[in-house]
Amino acid sequence: MSRRYLARYLVSRYFSSSVSSRPLHVCIVGSGPAGFYTADKLLKAHEGARIDIIDRLPTPFGLVRSGVAPDHPETKIAINQFSRVAQHERCSFYGNVKLGSDLLLSELRDLYHVVVLAHGAESDKDLGIPGETLSGIYSAREFVWWYNGHPDYSSLKPDLKSSDTAVILGQGNVALDVARILLRPTTELASTDIARHALSALEESSIRKVFLVGRRGPVQAALTAKELREVLGIKNMHIRIKETDLSVTPADEVEMKNSRIRKRIYELLSKAAAAAGTSESDPDQRELHFVFFRQPDRFLESNERKGHVSGVNLEKTILESAGSGKQLAVGTGEFEDLNCSLVLKAIGYKSVPINGLPFDHKKGVVPNVRGRVVSQTLESLSQTEPGLYVCGWLKRGPVGIIATNLYCAEETVGSISEDIEEGVFKSSKEGSKGLMQLLEKREVKKVDYSGWEKIDAKEKQMGTERNKPREKLVTWEDLLAAAAAN
Amino acid sequence: MRGMRILQRSYGEYLQSSAMPQRQTRSFHEAFFSINHMFSASYSTASEKGGEETEKINVIFVDKDGEEIHVKVPIGMNILEAAHENDIELEGACEGSLACSTCHVIVMETEYYNKLEEPTDEENDMLDLAFGLTETSRLGCQVIDGVRLAIPSATRNFVVDGFVPNWFTDTKLVYYP
Repeated sequence: MSRRYLARYLVSRYFSSSVSSRPLHVCIVGSGPAGFYTADKLLKAHEGARIDIIDRLPTPFGLVRSGVAPDHPETKIAINQFSRVAQHERCSFYGNVKLGSDLLLSELRDLYHVVVLAHGAESDKDLGIPGETLSGIYSAREFVWWYNGHPDYSSLKPDLKSSDTAVILGQGNVALDVARILLRPTTELASTDIARHALSALEESSIRKVFLVGRRGPVQAALTAKELREVLGIKNMHIRIKETDLSVTPADEVEMKNSRIRKRIYELLSKAAAAAGTSESDPDQRELHFVFFRQPDRFLESNERKGHVSGVNLEKTILESAGSGKQLAVGTGEFEDLNCSLVLKAIGYKSVPINGLPFDHKKGVVPNVRGRVVSQTLESLSQTEPGLYVCGWLKRGPVGIIATNLYCAEETVGSISEDIEEGVFKSSKEGSKGLMQLLEKREVKKVDYSGWEKIDAKEKQMGTERNKPREKLVTWEDLLAAAAAN
Repeated sequence: MRGMRILQRSYGEYLQSSAMPQRQTRSFHEAFFSINHMFSASYSTASEKGGEETEKINVIFVDKDGEEIHVKVPIGMNILEAAHENDIELEGACEGSLACSTCHVIVMETEYYNKLEEPTDEENDMLDLAFGLTETSRLGCQVIDGVRLAIPSATRNFVVDGFVPNWFTDTKLVYYP
């Protein structure tokens, strides 16, 4: 048995090394963690892999740059590894290249043996309730991109001065991020890489109370321990949790027994509820309220400011078993209003479909089998598209952390490796050379890695002038100008 | 410094023969996971030959194919650093700042796991998110053997085609997914 294993092992190593030293032209669309971990693993697995990573933004790194909160710099350290990959001799980064506008998916597939789509989720789940289009209601993603200086959202101008209350729908880590940024003393934010326009707006903000509203209970809250511990430890931030919300059902007990993280979160929340003393009557004090068992029914419009939100009408919920341990929120018919001037929906991202690519609108992903894109399904047999793969949120849905992409990339690269060994990629392709010709013909002002380094250097230099790690460039013009400067 | 590689039985068989606690407290999408690496830490107070004073410990990493890599780790170096020093692929996305779980390792022997210092709240918070979490999981960047452990000889025999590995001081296998 062991001899056979040894023999198989040696043969597969020999075989893959001889096959993998032929040039394998790869294009990865999207330069976030999914794209970079895919590139990293492909480079290591195949000596012949030549990889181009394209991104529609002039800057790489996806949500590590535009999603991770400014007060979480340690989480951005992953950029170091990604930079090493981008600078690998068999890898190139090209920013400001947009799939769908500058080139078509079919053109990429003509130029490259392997195309991996890793462009994530740039849209949001909707609630689908009345009043959702009132001004003052944003998705958390828009708000996060605004304070992180994403060039598409630098002119968002959220109104932070009309009241002292903001309501956040959702209790995941993104909800906690936006709550923290709204409530943290701006003196603390001033030394982070938060975008300047956001810092100014927050300095003038009158928001002092943030309500984090969840449909279900503390046992189901999607946030994680590190983030919860962090808000519980912020000085002068008063946490409010109703003790009555902490009672658990038998099904809750089972959930906690099966999930270490659920149990630890519940314990932290219980401790916080117990520790929350009586509020001092300081009008300037910052309060974070955890509201459980409430689902939004509709948004209320202001009488004084037509077209602007003035509150959320919430329906009380109870939990009902939905089988296999899952509990769902069910409305009870009891309603109450929560007044506010700002609503942030932190209920999940959603991927944007691409022309020519199959898309599962219900799940919000590209249908795939272990990363191979499915072209059609006939009688439950999936037929996959040769040479077309997905990784990251586009593949799995918008869940997970940076590290989740490590395993996701491993699976996708595993499928690519299998296909290489099966001889799927026999024809010769132009790869990079063809891409450069195409982009030149279309006068696309691509930003290569050295262009990013110029942006990076400029941001860091501007940052040192303000005691920040960087001062982000937040408009397309500024970014492209910096990339092209001498 | 490259360790010595030893081919082992396939990973699946290896797991069956061990007494490693396998409780998975999280469920992920199927099919991702073949476990990637196993890492074994066996600690002894052997000093280097040749008169050098630095104390080193024997550590064995076992990867997903069942390959074992023996390395010597200076006391005080954490497991993530040790992996990188020896060209072993253990991801450390946040470079040891307790902001990720990519250096997740599993200590195969409960006895050894219990001898390590308890993880802090911060480490436990990140372990919450680790893929394939078990009862003896740790973050590699937080595991430093600052304690001398006199460890009894191996109770485990690995025989591959009659080849008996000569690491009589090994005992603990830590596995990293």
